Amino acid sequence: MIGEDLLGIAPLDRARIELILETAERMQEIAGRDVKKVPTLRGRTVVNLFFEPSTRTQTSFEIAGKRLAADVVNFSSNSSSLSKAESLLDTAKTLDAMDPDAVIVRHRVAGVPQRIADALQAPVINAGDGAHEHPTQALLDMLTVYQEKSRFEGLTVTIVGDIAHSRVARSNIYGFTKLGAEVRVAGPPTMLPPGIEELGVKTYTSLREALEGADVVMALRIQLERLTGAYFPSVREYSATFGIDRAKLRFAKSDAIVMHPGPVNRGVELSNELTDDRPSVILDQVRNGVALRMALLYLIAGRRMGEGI
Amino acid sequence: MSRVLIRGGRLLDPSVDYDAEGDLLLEDGTIAALGADLPAEECEVVEANGLWVAPGLVDIHTHLREPGQEYKEDLASGGRAAVAGGFTSVACMANTEPTNDDPSVTKYILERAAEDSPARVYPVAAATRGLEGQVMTEMAALRDAGAVAFSDDGRVIMNASVMRRVLEYSKLVDAPIVVHAEDTGLRGEGVMNEGAVSTRLGLPGNPVAAEEIHVARDIRLARLTGARLHIAHVSSGGSVELIREAKEAGLSVTAEVTPHHLALTDESATGFDTNSKVSPPLRTHRHAKVLREALVQGVLDCVATDHAPHADHEKDVEFTAAPFGVTGLETSFAIVSDLYRSGEMSALDLIRRLSTVPARIFGIPAGTLAVGARADVVLLDPQKQWKYDAAEGFSKSRNSPWSGQKLTGRVEATFVDGRLVFRAGRGVVMQ
Repeated sequence: MIGEDLLGIAPLDRARIELILETAERMQEIAGRDVKKVPTLRGRTVVNLFFEPSTRTQTSFEIAGKRLAADVVNFSSNSSSLSKAESLLDTAKTLDAMDPDAVIVRHRVAGVPQRIADALQAPVINAGDGAHEHPTQALLDMLTVYQEKSRFEGLTVTIVGDIAHSRVARSNIYGFTKLGAEVRVAGPPTMLPPGIEELGVKTYTSLREALEGADVVMALRIQLERLTGAYFPSVREYSATFGIDRAKLRFAKSDAIVMHPGPVNRGVELSNELTDDRPSVILDQVRNGVALRMALLYLIAGRRMGEGI
Repeated sequence: MSRVLIRGGRLLDPSVDYDAEGDLLLEDGTIAALGADLPAEECEVVEANGLWVAPGLVDIHTHLREPGQEYKEDLASGGRAAVAGGFTSVACMANTEPTNDDPSVTKYILERAAEDSPARVYPVAAATRGLEGQVMTEMAALRDAGAVAFSDDGRVIMNASVMRRVLEYSKLVDAPIVVHAEDTGLRGEGVMNEGAVSTRLGLPGNPVAAEEIHVARDIRLARLTGARLHIAHVSSGGSVELIREAKEAGLSVTAEVTPHHLALTDESATGFDTNSKVSPPLRTHRHAKVLREALVQGVLDCVATDHAPHADHEKDVEFTAAPFGVTGLETSFAIVSDLYRSGEMSALDLIRRLSTVPARIFGIPAGTLAVGARADVVLLDPQKQWKYDAAEGFSKSRNSPWSGQKLTGRVEATFVDGRLVFRAGRGVVMQ
């Protein structure tokens, strides 16, 4: 239902983003307790409707829901064939008839969460659709950056890698620019989609130039199996030109942090050591993901999205 | 003896540049007279005050789905949609099941159409067997069976050598080869125009170069062979330039544009409505503007709808999984007559692009009000507002980007063979 769904960052205004981030900060306190559960969403039902497998995101939503005492039901459709796609809306409507309080949708095709939201009574949270948006990832990234930098205004955020196929890149571009940061994107020209500048970013094909003065360096996962040879010549060349290690990170600000939505192809997007240690904050991102999703479920399944603004 | 007097309309006959108030007499299926104050004795009189009286519209690009996909459309429903849209002659593409690559299928379509369709139906036969782009069809036999043109529309003959032979051989039957011009490799998995909007939506893009490359190739092959090449549904301003050059060079090249490419842009995909998914894709505003200008100038010769009915359950799926295409027969006049209302095109030129020229390209006897011509006539009100609801329409399918919208420009009545087959408000009234 329009107004209660979270389909992307593009439709959100700055105040709405800040409400979600502030709510997430309050949720973090719960994770520090011995008993990590509050009764806020007791009696509410949250459905994880994942048409594309994603253990990490699904688990994060599941833990978030359970910490708020919601009943979380996982509905995974293993179907990857287009022929079964006809039942997409039927599946969603069937679940809707069971009166869930929120439906979380992940699909490999852009726009599916919106189509489902149009058809359903229950509010829909987009957990990633094709190369379109991944709003919860971007929100947890924003939360992580805020905790590190205490601000967004004036920050330079450099996103490196396959911008063309990345929903994470798009949602983060919308989010960080709305919050006042400068966003740069860098990658091989084959991975910089046409018209990306219209989203308010600068494009770079030189990693060094893109990193100069950056406060935040975000590497994206490369789909090695599908793209090697077609979009870049080899893993070795990608790693040499756009892989980030401590030496290349020196081009960025001395206190720059390194982020990655995971899972990392170690030695490709990030060097092994940079994956594990500061200034990378990858596990903070994961940790914040639970708090952020708790906040969203609280606001959406708890029907509090309209409050507080 | 049947006599119908259409009285007091604005008679438009682009074939002789005739534009004057007057009456039109239809007698026994032919146009018997036109002029001022014709006698009304023993006539059924149809008042046409304030209306255009024009030769029936001609659509040389439709998919009527029979045989094989009657759940989307058949010759009866497609024919009713046609006359409701003012079309008295429609050509139907060969991608039926079975493919219209054999004279038996061509004859079947013509026999069914004669029984079921209020509009005249002209089959386009496949250019290659099974639309596979490999082996050319028996063009002479297909022509003798009734095919008026040849096309693998929807599919592309990617092998330039095959295309060259198809064009060469078509000179034997003197029929146009209609091409869906797209380099399939460059198109890739694209489901919409490649550009800022596809980037924003995260949908795979199809660049204009995919069309332009193929238009350029086929124009070169038309020059090599001297054959008649007709380029279907031009979507790109770059293609327009190539077609302009080809015409200036004196080649037998013609081209059509659809109402949706004239009126809509890739912004229509915002919201992921699969009724914005067509092939070739809707382009940017800049391209649509060039297409409109090219139609006005005649670089693009005519309008054709590419009427492509699909069932709801086929369209109401993921954007990438939905079939390409929208219906267009019932809305074409309303959409395209915007060019008249905006002052870009005269009434006579509008009818020329909707009737006279497409008829000429396909060699269909239509597009004129000349005395002795077949009495296929349409009454049009270019200013009338009406609401189009696809569910209430005549096509079996509802995949229209204009459903539910208030449109301007309405078809008031359609005559085929001198008989009233459609009347606004009363619907299709054949037989």
